[in-house]
Amino acid sequence: MQRAERKVLELRKKATEVRLTTLEVFGNLGFGHVGGSMSVTELLTALYFGGIMRYDPKNPRWERRDWLIMSKGHAGPTLYTILAMLGFFSINELKTLNQGGTRLPSHCDRNLTTGIDMTTGSLGLGMSVAIGVALGHRLDGKKNRVYLIVGDGECQEGQVWEATLYAAHKGLSNLIAFVDYNHQQLDGYTKDINDLGDLRSKFECFGWFAQEIDGHDFTQIFDAVRSAQDEKKRPSMIVMNTIKGKGCTYAEGVLKNHHMVVSEENTREALACLHEELGRLEAEIKGCM
Amino acid sequence: MKIKLARDRKPEETMMREVYASTLMELARSDERVVVLDADLMNSMGMVPFGEAFPDRTFNVGVQEANMIGVAAGLSAAGKVPFAHSFGPFATRKAYDATFISGAYARLNVRIVGSDPGITAAYNGGTHMPFEDMGIMRNIPTMTVLEPVDGAMLRDLLIQLVDLEGMFYIRLLRRFPVQVYEKGSTFDIGKGVLLREGTDVTIIASGILVYESLKVAESLEHRGVSVRVVNLFTIKPVDRELIEMCARETGAIVTCENHNVINGLGSAVAEALVENLPVPMERIGSQDQFGEVGPVDYLMKRYEMGAEDIENKVLKVLERKKRLHG
Repeated sequence: MQRAERKVLELRKKATEVRLTTLEVFGNLGFGHVGGSMSVTELLTALYFGGIMRYDPKNPRWERRDWLIMSKGHAGPTLYTILAMLGFFSINELKTLNQGGTRLPSHCDRNLTTGIDMTTGSLGLGMSVAIGVALGHRLDGKKNRVYLIVGDGECQEGQVWEATLYAAHKGLSNLIAFVDYNHQQLDGYTKDINDLGDLRSKFECFGWFAQEIDGHDFTQIFDAVRSAQDEKKRPSMIVMNTIKGKGCTYAEGVLKNHHMVVSEENTREALACLHEELGRLEAEIKGCM
Repeated sequence: MKIKLARDRKPEETMMREVYASTLMELARSDERVVVLDADLMNSMGMVPFGEAFPDRTFNVGVQEANMIGVAAGLSAAGKVPFAHSFGPFATRKAYDATFISGAYARLNVRIVGSDPGITAAYNGGTHMPFEDMGIMRNIPTMTVLEPVDGAMLRDLLIQLVDLEGMFYIRLLRRFPVQVYEKGSTFDIGKGVLLREGTDVTIIASGILVYESLKVAESLEHRGVSVRVVNLFTIKPVDRELIEMCARETGAIVTCENHNVINGLGSAVAEALVENLPVPMERIGSQDQFGEVGPVDYLMKRYEMGAEDIENKVLKVLERKKRLHG
């Protein structure tokens, strides 16, 4: 029990570090896709630091790696932070986000960034490609899993539902997907623009093994992923209720936080708050020892 | 390129779709990377035997063209060699973003086959009649656009495509073509084929209008007009050298395509000419019109693509050439 608690604390600390670094990058740049980058922080931390995904920073195209397809490609910056922390490329390179000639574009690009498995950014496309990769692995008898992250606003795209239908038809249990259900999209709340309603039921009704969790709770993420990994017949969808802008003082609870202009003051406050959080977590971890 | 022209041009006994299906079966047998995707048109394409022979490597997604191309891109990322088919307008218009981003921009390798080009959509009518497919595919960076003219060419191109990387659009007549090339001919993608020598004017044609163009050349020969005919089966990248050579040597050009004259073969040739050696030029094709229902011979007249129309354009361009040289 204590070990599990400690693991969660360690991951919460890691997630705070991921937020710190990502917000520094946005601060440097003066703008960015803050909201949706923050809401997937726990999930990406769990996937990469929590022992869920298989990967090798020294061999990024390793045959036996699990794939991550970030269909909501605008959350690239958080993923870049994690890849850099893991040594896929240097931490210093994070500063080049969106600069001319960079290898770190605003949206994920498999040809530019070491460790990025798929090019995304135009919403709605990632699930189809994830299905293709999963089918390819199955044909080759490979055990690799494909992890896929789609946005909630993205689920308004028709192609997502074409793909949802087909993944279930093919019984792709090597595909584990997440919806980052942060309930907001560029223009406002999803419920006001084109309501997605009960997403878990929708995916279940399409034939997926569908679960619904708190996407900021590591224990729930691990439990859901474990159940998904045990599922043998159906693709898995984990609908994660999240908060857009989570953990960022100037973005959390703000309506228009999809893409934001970030002032120096914003960044100073946000980083200070995260440093405090880091201190608290460190103390708690010590208490656990 | 090793080409032998057919001695007499007559309708082939095998439909293009049968060549497509049998060639892919052969390729799939020798190369396990080959996979096939379709959007509920396996029957129309004669691909049911392929599905029976290779059920694990056949992905009929149902009526979802965008998903089909996305899945094909994913299969390509996993090391497979996907061929994805639907009718031309659906394979292109309905799947454009998947083709553009998941395929081309992601530098993956999908061979997209769009059947029933232009007026050959016939009884399916305007909704199914692509006069725009080559144009919108031509606008995607790195995309190669091909319009094979007969079974021999189709077979050779399919064999080549298995080992080529990148994105390809193959505009495919499903039914009986008129034979232009002998079996065993091989072709260079990006190079046009000089079918017939001539000195007064060049007709540059693709697809079903190659046959019409050759008829015109023969008929005008009796009237003392020497017409060169080129089969430009690669619409992109276009054979600029050959176009320039024809402009220099014949001084007038007529393009013939079963497609909108905007952004297809005619545009590609015009672009090459204007940047190298502009000469009088006329374009056969849909004059920015929608398709409509009817038999092919009716539609050929309706869109002014037949031999008589081509002949008129040839005479018109010759008149312009004469005026130009006083």
